[in-house]
Amino acid sequence: MIAIVDYRAGNLTSVRLALEELGRESVVTSDPAEIAAAERVIFPGVGAAGAAMKNLAELGLIETLRRAVAGGTPFLGICLGMQILFERSEEDGGVAALGLLPGAVVRFRPDNPRDKIPHMGWNRVRFIRPHPVFDGLPAEGFFYFVHSYYAAPAIPEHALGLTDYAGVEFCSIAGAGNVIATQFHIEKSGPLGLRMLDAFARWDGRGAPAGARPC
Amino acid sequence: MLTRRIIPCLDVIRGRVTKGVRFQNNVDLGDPVEIARRYYEDGCDELVVYDITASAERRATDLAMVARVARAVRIPFAVGGGISSVADMARALAAGAEKVSVNSLAVQRPEVIAEGARAFGSQCVVLGMDPVATADRARCPSGYEITVRGFRERTGLDAVVWARRAVELGAGEIVVNSVDADGTRQGFELTVTRRIAEAVPVPVVASGGAGCARHLRDAFVEAGADAAIVAGILHTGLTTIPALKAELAEMGVAVRR
Repeated sequence: MIAIVDYRAGNLTSVRLALEELGRESVVTSDPAEIAAAERVIFPGVGAAGAAMKNLAELGLIETLRRAVAGGTPFLGICLGMQILFERSEEDGGVAALGLLPGAVVRFRPDNPRDKIPHMGWNRVRFIRPHPVFDGLPAEGFFYFVHSYYAAPAIPEHALGLTDYAGVEFCSIAGAGNVIATQFHIEKSGPLGLRMLDAFARWDGRGAPAGARPC
Repeated sequence: MLTRRIIPCLDVIRGRVTKGVRFQNNVDLGDPVEIARRYYEDGCDELVVYDITASAERRATDLAMVARVARAVRIPFAVGGGISSVADMARALAAGAEKVSVNSLAVQRPEVIAEGARAFGSQCVVLGMDPVATADRARCPSGYEITVRGFRERTGLDAVVWARRAVELGAGEIVVNSVDADGTRQGFELTVTRRIAEAVPVPVVASGGAGCARHLRDAFVEAGADAAIVAGILHTGLTTIPALKAELAEMGVAVRR
């Protein structure tokens, strides 16, 4: 069973439907026990970091997520769910986040007004390190993004995929140990996203690049 | 490089995709789910599904249809028609839509944009607008006036003023559907598209008048649109998404293939 963490941060329907298409059982849940018992955890999220952390605290899920990661459960963060795995975010005047991956989340600051914020649409991701979740995929592909902030991992080996936007090359996939996280919406990224989600649903949480361990 | 999006538009009446010119003489084109799936498999970047008679019939969006489309595609899609409150938006999003589009009802009650953006984020709230060229520069300095209710009513509202106001309220994207170009296949109305694209910091979607890849290229390159809506030329089989994208790539436009 895959637990899709519901912390009132956006729309979880599309994650559930994508898993359904793959024939994978999932449950959308805020229940710490259900998340703790899950074979895999998907941590999506849309919205602002401050509200997300507040919701997680109110629902008593912060410790649940930490334990799932520490216990080796294959764990997938998506979009805001990627960002708040890091230590802190610039959003909402500065937010202390989960700190499961070292690094910070910063805002795009484009010089060119043509680079609109949010970064919305299909952009290229280059896979720069091997990982079981994108094993067998082409070296790069297009994925669907909607975000104004991005994660800057403190440990370079944690960046698994890169994307160019607004004058920066930012980390669009991060991973360490049993954690992998995508800034793009894997569940809305067409057949390529579906292949990654399928690989995550089979992944045992091992085989991440050497030296990459959560802090 | 962020690619330019091609967005097929499905106008749905009583559960069937239809196509008319200026909302008239609608022809039945088939089942929305089958058509959505076909365009998805062909590589469209996004979809928009309008329940076009919902507002006129004073009823909510056909959510069963939205849920069936959501099951069929793994790309974002927007839903419009019959969205007049945050509760309507919540239902459409829960049914699997990524975005909701408000149009006439937002002109009547602009606060719905702010309420939607607060509840779900700006990226969920699309403003659709149907501008028409006007000579009345006193009322509409941009030369374009907003119409509502399927082009039937003029509002006296300037298109650029309305676009700016909608973005201040929280609209995350604007679909500029030209009344003059709609259904003509003679190309997008580039002037109004460019005026809006230059006036707001959010993505702008050109709509109405797509006849060939060149028209899309012009909307992207000349008018600065981030995405373009295509309907009739796909529905009738005049062209396909892969063909449009191949031509756009040859013209130097970044597209996802």
